[in-house]
Amino acid sequence: MTFDKYLVLSGVTVFAASGDSMLSHGMQETGGISFHHLTLVIAALLNPWVAIGVLLLLGFFATYMIALSWADLTYVMPATSMGYVLLALIARFILHEHVSALRWLGIALITGGVGFVAGGPELTTNRAASTKRDQPLFAPDQQEALRAVEGTRRRS
Amino acid sequence: MRTLYTWGAILAIVLASVVGDIFLSRAMKEVGDVGELWKRRGLIPVVRSTLGNPNFLFGLIATAMAFFSMLFGLSWGDVSLVAPAAASLTFIGNAVAAKIFLREKVDRRRWIAASLVAAGVALLAG
Repeated sequence: MTFDKYLVLSGVTVFAASGDSMLSHGMQETGGISFHHLTLVIAALLNPWVAIGVLLLLGFFATYMIALSWADLTYVMPATSMGYVLLALIARFILHEHVSALRWLGIALITGGVGFVAGGPELTTNRAASTKRDQPLFAPDQQEALRAVEGTRRRS
Repeated sequence: MRTLYTWGAILAIVLASVVGDIFLSRAMKEVGDVGELWKRRGLIPVVRSTLGNPNFLFGLIATAMAFFSMLFGLSWGDVSLVAPAAASLTFIGNAVAAKIFLREKVDRRRWIAASLVAAGVALLAG
């Protein structure tokens, strides 16, 4: 795991947690929506909290896709579940809400689960077999040029 | 009757989320390491090959269906039941489906991780 990959996984976590909380805050301000009053959906989207929440969730989706491009689903899912812990900690220390003993136990279990999966490999499927189907990204002469570029980069 | 509707919605959310995640994961494995491709080819070709991947589109549709099932579920049941129950069961469902359909090696370490997180998410609602 490189620093970039940790950054992407933290991105998934933070975008999901912040997006969800902005969205729920905004929806509480606009009130419930129903399928009989679809115009209320538009009103909800114009609420700044909801709009920011939607943008953050787009960020979540993008980072989630990037993570899935180099890691197993069964790795990404638990590894990014620290967002639940983050939300509970925000509730306790910033919003000063009461966090019950059961919730603390939940936080401990999730943290333990994340630790378990993070200690293992991120990809277990046969990468070679899955890329064999795909066409090569570069023509041979481009590959030659790439190697040259990478060579100079390594030297610098 | 309301309970039945609520659990029906939870089941629909879990099913749609799992199908969505499996298709999205398969799509991204086909696209390849986005970070590497981005460096070599630039952002636009990577986005184009992702959006043009049929598995990605299926995954996106299933994920959208999960989102709308969630809206229905929340209008029938309590948020403190629907959201954690759906999230928790999706963790378990994904582990099973990833083993069968994506051939991921879900070893004991990953089963324990998925179960701990699923239990933890369920407890956070309490």
